[in-house]
Amino acid sequence: MSESDPGHAPLSLRVAVASGKGGTGKTTVAANLAATVVSDGLRVQLLDADVEEPNCHLFVRPTLKDSSPIEVLIPEVDEARCTLCGRCSEVCEYKAIVVLPTTVLVYNELCHSCGACALLCPEQAISEVGRAVGVLERGVAEVKGAPRGDSAGEGTHEIAFVQGRLTIGEAKPVPAVHAVAGAVDGEADVAIIDCPPGTSCPVVEAVRDSDLVVLVTEPTPFGLSDLRLAVAMVRELGQPFAVVINRADVGDDRVRRYCAEEGIPILLEIADDRRVAEAYSRGQLAIEAVPGLRQQFGALWSAVRAAADDAAGRDSAHARARATRGDTSAEASDSTPGSKAGQS
Amino acid sequence: MKELVVISGKGGTGKTSLVAAFARLAGRAALADCDVDAADLHLVVRANDREEHPFSGGKVARVIDERCTGCDRCREVCRFAAISADPYRVDPVRCEGCGLCVRLCPSEAIAFDAVVNGAWYVADTPFGPLVHARLRPAEENSGKLVTVVRNEARRLATEQGLDLVLVDGSPGIGCPVIASLAGASLALVVTEPTLSGQHDLGRVLELCRHFRLPVAVCVNKWDLNPELAGEIEREALAKGARFVQRVGYDRLFTAAQIAGDSVLDAAGARATEAIATGRRAPQTAARASSSADGAPRDEAANVISAKSATPDVATPDVATPDVAGEVRRLWQALREALDGAAADSAVR
Repeated sequence: MSESDPGHAPLSLRVAVASGKGGTGKTTVAANLAATVVSDGLRVQLLDADVEEPNCHLFVRPTLKDSSPIEVLIPEVDEARCTLCGRCSEVCEYKAIVVLPTTVLVYNELCHSCGACALLCPEQAISEVGRAVGVLERGVAEVKGAPRGDSAGEGTHEIAFVQGRLTIGEAKPVPAVHAVAGAVDGEADVAIIDCPPGTSCPVVEAVRDSDLVVLVTEPTPFGLSDLRLAVAMVRELGQPFAVVINRADVGDDRVRRYCAEEGIPILLEIADDRRVAEAYSRGQLAIEAVPGLRQQFGALWSAVRAAADDAAGRDSAHARARATRGDTSAEASDSTPGSKAGQS
Repeated sequence: MKELVVISGKGGTGKTSLVAAFARLAGRAALADCDVDAADLHLVVRANDREEHPFSGGKVARVIDERCTGCDRCREVCRFAAISADPYRVDPVRCEGCGLCVRLCPSEAIAFDAVVNGAWYVADTPFGPLVHARLRPAEENSGKLVTVVRNEARRLATEQGLDLVLVDGSPGIGCPVIASLAGASLALVVTEPTLSGQHDLGRVLELCRHFRLPVAVCVNKWDLNPELAGEIEREALAKGARFVQRVGYDRLFTAAQIAGDSVLDAAGARATEAIATGRRAPQTAARASSSADGAPRDEAANVISAKSATPDVATPDVATPDVAGEVRRLWQALREALDGAAADSAVR
């Protein structure tokens, strides 16, 4: 494949793996997709943005090479200058700074780092200082390729790995998610982001600016209910998206019917297989445990590219941007079924 | 009044299914679904909504075109990159509602509107009132909404003379979880025997310790990896869990969801069906499921091999997991711990 040529221009595809409901298989999809794609000779970055409970590392076992604090700004009051006028407290929408008769209290966990108190203090008695709320870790994960007839996939392959970890007791994950999203490497062919569950601010931060959001769900009433919410979220954001159904044969048909009615492509269905669950429990990649799954994830990769291209094609500005990145994926979009990414 | 909060760290471990079963076993309690990002409890407790209330958790800035002179001051000071130029617009998703642009705009061209970013509902269920909520997609302030839901459930409990509030929490360790823990009597952490479950349990237990909240642990689907289940139980006890209890893996949990019922109802239906078709009902004494000593359980290996050979729910012959019995025992242990917690606070 021409893409294994290290000199090719990067695809710079950004794929976010998300879900409304937790425990549907985001991490399974993200980690196995990364391991499959890297075996094709592409440059892959795997980013774990589920900063409250990051789990990708358990499956790709990276060697972490550096760790840096994720900081937010909080106000620090210079008591010598402070006249206790109360302006800071008045302008803080989050009630994070309170002026008492003799002193000023800052509630760090309520502060959103907006800077209003510092900027509006008439005495310039407030400066902003960094406070660590988590760590950003980078490393390299080596995964095994599989013998696949051609020799391209054999040997070991390196995934560039990034994860954020929120400090326990910290309420606000968004700055940590932001730090992970900010670590996406434009030189990689694909950056795969394992998102937090849910539909609110942390997920928004993780899926923003992706070329495709892959929503992982399961065919159960809870799965469907939460998928609807996740779809509403990505539509609100105007992000192209598609669905992967995990444990595809456990429940009923309502998720498939919903996707058909809404015109949402289903890129892959992963069967409920005890071997997958057991591999997961051990922290083993499913593609290494279950024969045939690697091919399925290969097909998922083609479908992801096709869906992303299709979405980009409908957004001409985006298409131009992608063209300048030297994207060459026409062959994938021709051969892949269900390649229309759902959009609002 | 006692309040049991069910949380998990990792999502999808079975919180909501267990809360639905507890609701049935408790008889009457006030129910609060605090997973406001992805609320599902109402799907399995036969809920009928009777009230809907808008939730306003904050404000959002809006540019008034006629007054805007394009001075760019708002965009300069916004820390959240929420403002774009030509014409000046605020992205309501990015806007954190800090109001700094509103205060600094020299032309008073930015309005600051309260936004409705969700709704909360009161529903009737056969087991007591349920308060649940829906955050509008891509919104923030889920912690505030969780607090509204809990307070409302407590108010209803008081009003109706109920002595128990059952709280279905959200995954993770961030603001909605923290908001659901404050002032609770006991937390049940539901985990699963996977490395992810183990990793996330560790973080949640630390969070509970941070808030000095007594904790019990349930290892759900324990037979997926009996060895790791045992390891997790020992760790949980070492980290201060009051007790640990296991529940087996069973597709009955999915069947119950599809029927819109609890796993106890689904177990009842399965037993009835088994009787009707002349097969034996599930074996109640198939294995011991509760132990606080982390002692090895030999029968586990048998259960695993029997189950992997016959994963189908319709074959309740040998060693069919008695998840209903396990859930009942778990509830009994929780009830005792809650009564103990009440006694503790009375002493204090």
